[in-house]
Amino acid sequence: MVKHESRQRPENQVWKFFTSVKLTVVVLLMLASTSIIGTLIPQNGSQAFYIQKYGEVFYNLFNRLNFFDMYSAWWFLLLLGILALNIIICSLDKLSLVWKIIFPAEVIFHIHHFRKMKNRQSCEIDLSVDGLREKYRGFLEKNIGSVTEQKTDEGIALFAEKGRWTRLGVYVVHLSILLLLAGALIGALWGFKGFVTIPEGETTNVITNRENEGTIDLDFSIRCNDFTVSFYDTGQPEEFKSSLTIIDNGKELFTRDVIVNDPLRFRGISLYQSSYGTASAKNIVLSMTSLESGMSYSIKADFGKSLNLPESGGTFVLERFARHYNFRGHDLGEGFAGRVTGEGQKEIEVFIPVKFPTFDKMRRGRFAFEISEFEKTYYTGLQVTKDPGVWYVYTGFVFMIIGCWITFFMSHQRFCVDLQQKNEGSSKVIISGTSNRNSQGMKIKIQRLAKKMSKL
Amino acid sequence: MNSSMILSITTFVYAFASVLYIGAWTFKKEFMARMGFFVLVTGFTGNTVGIILRWIESYQMGYGHAPFSNMYESLVFFSWTVAILYLFVELKYQERIIGVFATPLIFLAIAYASLSPSIGDKITPLIPALKSNWLIAHVITCFLGYAGFAVAFGFSIMYLVKPAGPSTSKLMSRLPSLEVMDELNHQMVMFGFLFLTIGIITGSVWANSAWGTYWSWDPKETWSLITWFVYAILLHLRMMRGWHGKRIAWVSIVGFMAVLFTYFGVNLLPGLHSYA
Ligand code: HEM
Repeated sequence: MVKHESRQRPENQVWKFFTSVKLTVVVLLMLASTSIIGTLIPQNGSQAFYIQKYGEVFYNLFNRLNFFDMYSAWWFLLLLGILALNIIICSLDKLSLVWKIIFPAEVIFHIHHFRKMKNRQSCEIDLSVDGLREKYRGFLEKNIGSVTEQKTDEGIALFAEKGRWTRLGVYVVHLSILLLLAGALIGALWGFKGFVTIPEGETTNVITNRENEGTIDLDFSIRCNDFTVSFYDTGQPEEFKSSLTIIDNGKELFTRDVIVNDPLRFRGISLYQSSYGTASAKNIVLSMTSLESGMSYSIKADFGKSLNLPESGGTFVLERFARHYNFRGHDLGEGFAGRVTGEGQKEIEVFIPVKFPTFDKMRRGRFAFEISEFEKTYYTGLQVTKDPGVWYVYTGFVFMIIGCWITFFMSHQRFCVDLQQKNEGSSKVIISGTSNRNSQGMKIKIQRLAKKMSKL
Repeated sequence: MNSSMILSITTFVYAFASVLYIGAWTFKKEFMARMGFFVLVTGFTGNTVGIILRWIESYQMGYGHAPFSNMYESLVFFSWTVAILYLFVELKYQERIIGVFATPLIFLAIAYASLSPSIGDKITPLIPALKSNWLIAHVITCFLGYAGFAVAFGFSIMYLVKPAGPSTSKLMSRLPSLEVMDELNHQMVMFGFLFLTIGIITGSVWANSAWGTYWSWDPKETWSLITWFVYAILLHLRMMRGWHGKRIAWVSIVGFMAVLFTYFGVNLLPGLHSYA
């Protein structure tokens, strides 16, 4: 790019400070090096975890420096802010100048510039300058762009250029960064990230905010109709799928399956399949073996319903399904909890772990209870997010790719075909050219052009 | 003949290609470089066939996913991308000898994949979150980016070992001119930067479709951003502060260290990405 003096604004040191690329380099360097901290120290952990890991002294120091949530620490955001200001002011500062270069009133070529270039190929051709002129004019117009002619002392020079506009590419890249930062800011201010677990068959409109553990009320409800999980033969999960119905004011709007990588979006809110677990059980069959008679019985059981036991053994109520049952300090895992009331006796709590079906025998009660059949019901874990900034970010992504492509792989190229009359009916042809980037590529391009043109 | 076997053979072909390039440089023999080129093309063909075959095998096993899902597959693909990029550069710029430092990288990556005991070459099914076309685009573009930086690294080393001024040793005089190497280094950095950019972008679009956040500062993400910053610094130093030659070569080397850390080192840190 053409070198130029930055506009004199000595009265405004701040402005000058923010136009400098030195600042860019320093800020990027600081962003890169401080970012490392957050990859070494796990982020957003609990206080207890950090104290145990780093000790009291370092905990206090790191905490003061916001190292435990560093990517939203004030000093990190400040660096990003400086970067944004740097881009804005630097671009504003240059824009009028760049604009003049990109959209000039008149495109001017100087033959003496081209005659001094290193990138030159020449040949002699047995044709007069006028004869070559028409041919080359057509060739240049077809391959490069519109042609300007200039008379020289020795003959005629033809000039052509292309890609002047590609000088704008850099500004597209810089604009894209502003869009990314704006999108992130909008998301942080007006969006949220939440989480909800819904057991099969249940409906809710209240979700947990992951940032502050508070709750958020949605203006619609979500019902989980069904959750299924399938497995590979290796035992790894293959797919999680929730069938969700969106309900507004008691009216069912629509039902859709949500799988990982295919979220449901509704009113600016996205629901992502993210986890699942066992919520409870259904179609339960309770079996019991009498200690006295040795007889076994099976009954269908539902939660909360009192069952009359055989042999006048009293009543049994299946109370709940527990995901983790604590038995004298041991986690027995999933299981069923119930209560037996023998005739004229005290209530006894009974626990039947899924993994150890005969566990209740050890109690040596009147009956040993066992769950002989049941089906698990699941809850689905959904990530619920709202991010109104995401479209700015995505626009930024597109701009950044396009801008980089233009900047890196396209260039402003100018060519000169210098036709010099030698003696009768023969001319010297000098082809030269310049480009604002990739001089090596340009050299090869000139060689190719020269080869083609000498054979025309 | 299964894919692992073809890829093992490919490893040896690549080794041979590197030896030829290094030989061409050491003994000043043009024909060795020319042979090196053809051996490299052969290796590249084997590499391509190996990857395609592995893809087919994964469908035959009923998993059906693109072969970019674990460390082994990613290293094999890394070799492939460096090879294709290098072949392209050699053809485009007509410089034969420049493979001296780039071809060994191709060989080292695939050799590490085949020989390291900690890297399994079993085809395994994908967990649900990894099933996404964005992810395939993410892996391919990231690796094209890494390949660009790897080749740039090769050229930078070459730049630094070549003394300025008229060369005293014959060995060094075989290297292309400093100007050409500087330019090639820059071209490769730009190529790498574009594709790393696209790689980070497709990764974040994928993350957004999988868990609803396009950026979560997990260590792998952060390190790819750090790498991106380093190369952005390089571009600005070169464009605006007029840095060239040696200094840019050093920055390019630092950038490649960041690439390596993003690729291998991050596995030592806690995070989501199980590999690449
Ligand atoms: C993360 C932030 C940034 C990125 C990714 C970025 C990216 C780029 C890229 C890709 C180029 C083209 C380099 C080349 O031509 O090879 C460039 C050039 C440039 N950048 Fe940045 N940039 C960033 C921040 C900034 C900032 C904050 C400034 C403010 C001073 C700035 C000023 C410039 C200038 C003046 C050029 C040269 C434009 C020209 O050709 O005249 N950049 N930048």
